[in-house]
Amino acid sequence: MNFSSILLPSYIAVAALLSIGLYGVIAKKNLLKIFISLSIMETGVNLLLITIGYVPGGTAPIENGNFAKYVDPLPQALVLTAIVIGVSVTALALSLLISYYSKTKSLEYKGGMKW
Amino acid sequence: MRKYAGIVIAALFFIFAIFTFYQLLPSDQYIGKQYNYVDPLNGSAANESIPQHYIKYTKNETGAVNAVTAIVVEYRGFDTLGEVTVLFTAATGVSFILSQLFQKKIKKTEANLIAKEGSKIVLPFAILTGAYIFVHGHLTPGGGFPGGSVIASGLLLMLLVYPKFFLSHQKLSYEESVAGSVFVIIGLLGLVFATSFLQNFIPLGKPGFLISAGIIPLIYIAIGFKVGSELSSVVMNLKEVGK
Repeated sequence: MNFSSILLPSYIAVAALLSIGLYGVIAKKNLLKIFISLSIMETGVNLLLITIGYVPGGTAPIENGNFAKYVDPLPQALVLTAIVIGVSVTALALSLLISYYSKTKSLEYKGGMKW
Repeated sequence: MRKYAGIVIAALFFIFAIFTFYQLLPSDQYIGKQYNYVDPLNGSAANESIPQHYIKYTKNETGAVNAVTAIVVEYRGFDTLGEVTVLFTAATGVSFILSQLFQKKIKKTEANLIAKEGSKIVLPFAILTGAYIFVHGHLTPGGGFPGGSVIASGLLLMLLVYPKFFLSHQKLSYEESVAGSVFVIIGLLGLVFATSFLQNFIPLGKPGFLISAGIIPLIYIAIGFKVGSELSSVVMNLKEVGK
């Protein structure tokens, strides 16, 4: 199996997720949609880290007696951390958004020109 | 205008990212030399990369079969302590921000019979699955963070189905602080009985069995309780806004 041909779709998915998130952050005025776009970008970064640590033919790094080739465990541990941080960031952003909505009765950004 | 600019910038970024990632792809000559974790280059420990070290020595050094868990709890345990602190700060911030809101009454409708009876059956299994995931963190994929999230999702189901379901915030914060203290105390015991913070001081046991890997299961159980109570309190806070 060719190594590059396995990894190319994953890298394309990373680029697509990052671009979709970037478009949402730039073009949308609804704050909830901006937060969703940030979560999409976060998923793209996590997928990038996992893809970099992939070894062709490798299995999950859990030793079970009969030998197999393992993927790199370090990016997976880092992504575990990144997911938890992402959850806390999303929760804090949503609570701020609830507070914003209760003051302005709208989810739209209203602070003059967006950019 | 903003939309078109967004499309143009996103497309440019996509092309840039594709060209960047194309250089990350290993070339054909490199494929044959793809690092083999069993026979590192030249066979000497000095030439090993970090993943090679983790793959080769995790089982002997920590007693855990799952290398990811060993890295999260043992090799990078201090990092995990910081991660748990970030989650705690976020939960505190959520409850602080939402407690200042004006709370008005919204009428809530009861769920239908199927959802009510079904959630009663599902809840014990959700909690059992979460506990299984964080107790077996050193043997199978998973650990404290996914297990705690599963437990919190079971409680979210109860919150959605029963409008009057209530969890005491005080008890949740007790559970959270006790679990966090257990994590830190285990780390400090490592300072007392071994040489450094969060170092293992319990016999490793036989790898692959439930009671093995020293302090890893203890820390992951504490993390599971902490994450479960924190996410539950976040969900409770978000639900109580419209009350």
